[in-house]
Amino acid sequence: MSHKKLTLKKRLHIIKHSLRGKKMAPAFNAFHTFLFTPDETTHSGSHVRGADDLKRTMNTVILALLPVLVFSFFNTGYQFYAAIDAANGTPRTVDLFGNFLTWENFWLGFTQVLPLLIVSYGVGLLVEFIFAVIKGHEVEEGYLVTGMLVPLIVPVDTPLWMLAVAVVFGVVIGKEVFGGTGMNILNPALTIRAFLFFAYPTWMSGDKVWVHQAVERTGTADAISGETILGSLAQNASYSYSTADMFFGFIPGSVGETSAFLILLGGLFLVFSKIASWRIMLSAVIGALVMGLIFNGVADMGWVGESSRFYGLMSFDFWKHLIVGGLAFGIVYMATDPVTGSQTNRGKWIYGFLIGFISVMIRVFNPAYPEGVFLAILLMNVFAPTIDHYVIRANVRKRLKRLKNATILPQADAGKMEELQAETV
Amino acid sequence: MALLSKKDANLILDPLADNNPITIQVLGICSALAITAELKASVVMALSVIFVLGIGNVVISLMRNIIPSKIRIIVQLIVIATLVIIVDQVLKAFAYELSKTLAVFVGLIITNCIIMGRFEAFALGNGPWRSFLDGIGNALGYGVILIIVGFFRELLGSGTLFGFPVLGDPIAKTGLYATGYENNGFMIIPPAALIVVGIIIWVQRSRNRALIEEN
Repeated sequence: MSHKKLTLKKRLHIIKHSLRGKKMAPAFNAFHTFLFTPDETTHSGSHVRGADDLKRTMNTVILALLPVLVFSFFNTGYQFYAAIDAANGTPRTVDLFGNFLTWENFWLGFTQVLPLLIVSYGVGLLVEFIFAVIKGHEVEEGYLVTGMLVPLIVPVDTPLWMLAVAVVFGVVIGKEVFGGTGMNILNPALTIRAFLFFAYPTWMSGDKVWVHQAVERTGTADAISGETILGSLAQNASYSYSTADMFFGFIPGSVGETSAFLILLGGLFLVFSKIASWRIMLSAVIGALVMGLIFNGVADMGWVGESSRFYGLMSFDFWKHLIVGGLAFGIVYMATDPVTGSQTNRGKWIYGFLIGFISVMIRVFNPAYPEGVFLAILLMNVFAPTIDHYVIRANVRKRLKRLKNATILPQADAGKMEELQAETV
Repeated sequence: MALLSKKDANLILDPLADNNPITIQVLGICSALAITAELKASVVMALSVIFVLGIGNVVISLMRNIIPSKIRIIVQLIVIATLVIIVDQVLKAFAYELSKTLAVFVGLIITNCIIMGRFEAFALGNGPWRSFLDGIGNALGYGVILIIVGFFRELLGSGTLFGFPVLGDPIAKTGLYATGYENNGFMIIPPAALIVVGIIIWVQRSRNRALIEEN
């Protein structure tokens, strides 16, 4: 083969060999394996070959997020123009092809959301590259999904420098200090969200931040509303959105959290491609419904008066909690994170159930935290290893008991059994 | 330091870095989390601990041969409590506002594990001069971390240092705030101190790999 006829693939392999052992090798390898499968093979032992490596897993999740992202472009624009119309006294009703899927909406949303996406990926990958080069390991794929999730869970007008600061914090403190992808205790995307929430609360909550420019226009003649449904409920106020609006996502909220319908589709895609755990999703939905039912019951019994500040949220139909706010998004894309969630099947049921249960509880009891779901998931992230520990221990004990009952042991081994049992306590 | 022999100098210098009570021995964390939101409070807390630990170490060292070992903890507590009450009263008399900020945490110097730790580990077995140096050294090591944490938390959280607005006025939007910068509310809450201390530990251990424990 003459030199000129070298393919791109071959050339990249040559560069790779020349960089081997050098400082920049991990950075190069990251780009390289993004384009081509590595040419190395392992030389010893037997291996199971599977197509679903980490990169494939991550790409599947990104694929499941794409519809949500595209929808968010349209919805960002739509909410902005709808809020202006509402302020001018001509409230809109959504018409999918008439006033939703328009170029105008798309372009506004696109120019608002794309910078968030670019900053999220740019800063996050930069941090990952720096750590990979310093520590001399390969760049890990973990940030591919995180980088996509981050712009979808923040209000649209989040200043870019805040996002950048939060991403650095989230990636370094949430992930790298624990040893990188796969070692983190907390979901990095939610760590970023939590950091933003506690560091810059005026940009992350309230009744203005959810619609583009609503903050800037406050106090001027062009003032528009940016209130979410949960925000209205927390003030016992009424809202003007139909259930269909909530389900399909034509409501204000964080960039990508609004459309329960597309999130449901994405969730089904993840379940059928066996990337995400259906146990966590299902049990989280059940948990949210149970808590919602309890609150509905309390409201119906008349234990909280109509004037109570909890009344609006408590009397909100229990199943509607699933289609407003970030609950659906959190359950499908964040709670199911295989690294930070429970690993055992029974553990997943407990973990998911408590996420749903606590999310709705935080939502109702603390209207200042309408996005209780991110706190609930972070809390359960911390408890996931404990849940697994007890699930495994219960299993060990059950099997020991079974062994004891099933086998007739010689007297001498009875003591050994006691020992085994003592070890598991 | 010609004033001190090398061995004595190390009593002061070691706790400042490689044997720091907070970052290496991980003692006295509670007060480091609680009062470091402002630099001024950190400095006063550091001074108080220097006073209590310096004097306390000398007192315990002088009494070390007459304290019955069975009741030594109680004796130590009495010494600490006396000194802490002095500090508390002085603060109330001369810096009332500040003593309100520090609130219960001056009183809680009594439970600061660094103090009891130094009494037990050093003053009970060494003479007064060396105990004094050890007390000052450890209290300084504690104070240095408090001041570093307080510096970052006040600067990033409130945009001030010792109460002076060094970054401009956040309400009138002058200085750095004119560019859209905002104070980081996260730095005000105690968990931020934990993270800042964690980062200091991280930096220290990556600079001096001998400090990393085997496990």
